[in-house]
Amino acid sequence: MDMTNKKPLVEIKNVSISFGGVHAVDDVSVDLYPGEVVGLLGHNGAGKSTLIKILSGSYKSDGGEIYIDGEKATIKTPRDAKAYGIETIYQTLALADNVDAAANLFLGRELTTPLGTLDDVAMEAAAREVMGRLNPNFKKFKEPVSALSGGQRQSVAIARALYFNARILIMDEPTAALGPQETKMVNDLIIELKKQGIGIFLISHDIHDVFDMADRVAVMNNGKLVGTANTADITKDEALGMIIIGKVPENAIAGSGASQ
Amino acid sequence: MSEDTNIKSNNKQSGFKVAIKNFLDATEIDPRMLGMIIALLAIWLVFDFFSGGRFITPRNLWNLGVQSSSVAVMATGMVFIIVTRNIDLSIGSMLGVIGMLMGILQAEILPDLVGYGHWSIWIVTLTAGIMIGVTIGAFQGSLVAYLGVPAFIVTLGGLLVWRGAAWWTTSGRTVAPLDDNFRLMGGGINGSIGYWPSWIVGIIACVAILYSIVNARRQRKRFHFPLRPLWAETLLAFLWSGMVLGAVAVANNYYLPSRVAAKIAEEKGLTIPEEGLFISYGLPIPLLIAIGVVIVMHFIATRTRFGRYIFAFGGNPEAAELSGINTKKLTIMIFAIIGGLAAIGAAITTARLNAATNSLGILDELLVIAAAVIGGSSLSGGIGTIAGALLGALVMQSLQSGMILVGMDSPMQNIVVGIVLVFAVFIDTLYRKHAG
Ligand SMILES: Nc1ncnc2c1ncn2[C@@H]1O[C@H](COP(=O)(O)OP(=O)(O)OP(=O)(O)O)[C@@H](O)[C@H]1O
Ligand SMILES: [Mg+2]
Repeated sequence: MDMTNKKPLVEIKNVSISFGGVHAVDDVSVDLYPGEVVGLLGHNGAGKSTLIKILSGSYKSDGGEIYIDGEKATIKTPRDAKAYGIETIYQTLALADNVDAAANLFLGRELTTPLGTLDDVAMEAAAREVMGRLNPNFKKFKEPVSALSGGQRQSVAIARALYFNARILIMDEPTAALGPQETKMVNDLIIELKKQGIGIFLISHDIHDVFDMADRVAVMNNGKLVGTANTADITKDEALGMIIIGKVPENAIAGSGASQ
Repeated sequence: MSEDTNIKSNNKQSGFKVAIKNFLDATEIDPRMLGMIIALLAIWLVFDFFSGGRFITPRNLWNLGVQSSSVAVMATGMVFIIVTRNIDLSIGSMLGVIGMLMGILQAEILPDLVGYGHWSIWIVTLTAGIMIGVTIGAFQGSLVAYLGVPAFIVTLGGLLVWRGAAWWTTSGRTVAPLDDNFRLMGGGINGSIGYWPSWIVGIIACVAILYSIVNARRQRKRFHFPLRPLWAETLLAFLWSGMVLGAVAVANNYYLPSRVAAKIAEEKGLTIPEEGLFISYGLPIPLLIAIGVVIVMHFIATRTRFGRYIFAFGGNPEAAELSGINTKKLTIMIFAIIGGLAAIGAAITTARLNAATNSLGILDELLVIAAAVIGGSSLSGGIGTIAGALLGALVMQSLQSGMILVGMDSPMQNIVVGIVLVFAVFIDTLYRKHAG
């Protein structure tokens, strides 16, 4: 995809955060264009989730800036992020186990009746509609999500991010618990959302999936950015080399975490 | 052969189970709630048997309602506290200090300002009490939310501080008598609404029940959701209305003492008929207050965003935070609510005694927590119902009244209550494991 004449949707610039002594994210810069999928890759503990949690407002960065549509954004809370059209599927799913799918779908943004009370039926109807697109076999609308399977729970988390018409979608290992059929549906969905011009950060350990879907990859290691590359320009083996030993191939742009 | 019979009996059993399950599914009755109602009725029958029929009488049931009111009111607030993984040990002491302050206000300050027996005294007193309670609660809540001190510790401190403060208000002196209107909140001879008003309240309640059932059905039709079978709707309508009208009938079958009735007759210039004059108490005001609180709290829990957030926060605090819920504000509000309810509890309790004493509400925190927990609130958070807390309060009070009625001595009473509490929670845990 040709990005040269487009304005970036998100620019993460020199963002850092540390927990105690651990530099979980260390001076990382990544950007994302409309209709683009950027795959975030790296070992366990590389700092991928932490980086996107800064973007989604659940962590406050120690330093660095975030620009949205070219303008400086202040994202202090998850609510701020949502106001910018950033929706997140968290690795931990972030579901309240004791309430049902619809309640989770609308958590924090409930539909209400003209009297201001919860419109549970309307929420359930919306939940049935969006879940139907995602996981047609899903029937357990009355049960708390603790009664759902891992994959079903993941579907609920995905549905929540989709329902609110995100412009920027963050998916932290969205298909880790899904069966092959559901994974394919989510992957098809990502391609469809991409067509609609939504920008997507996709974190996944499945390098094949990432190469199928992502336009670019950004590789992290020890909190640092190893490098970024167009998926068309590098091979899977080269990407693995970036992840495992931090070796940046010629066609990629090296970051501060590169091994050389 | 033996295998064969085994299979058969299993089938039979599961056939029965399926029937029950179908029934519960159709009516959407919460099995845990049903279990609690059955347990309550069982307790009543047992005590009735052992007391020689003195438990299930209009008089005893009426008193049971009055005596449960204060704990029931506070237990509804404890549900929110427990659902959000907190605890409030200070509620008995809050009741104590608020009761004292309300006592002083109505008996010693307001009469000087507006005149003795002025109609506004009870309103001003109750409002002030609720405001004090909300303030104390919000203060404790903010310590929990912003300083990160565990609620157990904050309210353990509160237990001591507010109990001390209760003594300190009058250096231990009892404040009495209280304002006449205020005393209506405690029940008693004047503190119930009488025959016809009771029936009217009952009928209004039945209409409300019908309306809510019809409305729920209409809502589900709007989105073409599966509807409850009509027989189930009808059964539910009859069950609920029957319970309401039954309660009214009980209250109306409890009569004023003949001396009091005679006095009233004399005042009104009535002649007393030969068979004696029967004037019904009707529904006691404290019970109506408790039911009002239960309805409001149930509404908050199930129909508002705030209630939804309470449960979501209790189920997964991190998820609630990531959804943009202001969990700190939420915590403060929950503690403010229980403070306000402590004030209502204090009003009922002092009004019933016609006095404010600094020992008021001692050990109430345990009764209130027990009521909420017996009512199905889970200390690990996320689970609890307001209706359950009401039933829990009734169970606790039934046990206590019943044991007194059968003449059990008080150490034994404590032992029984303690065992019942642990046993009830054990059963609930078992149930939850099986229900998944
Ligand atoms: N809240 C926290 N407190 C302390 N340390 C944290 C916290 N969150 C993350 N870390 C640390 O930051 C580093 C990066 O963690 P992060 O979760 O971002 O990794 P990740 O790349 O998402 O890994 P994975 O592939 O396993 O999901 C780890 O060393 C982790 O221990
Ligand atoms: Mg991660």
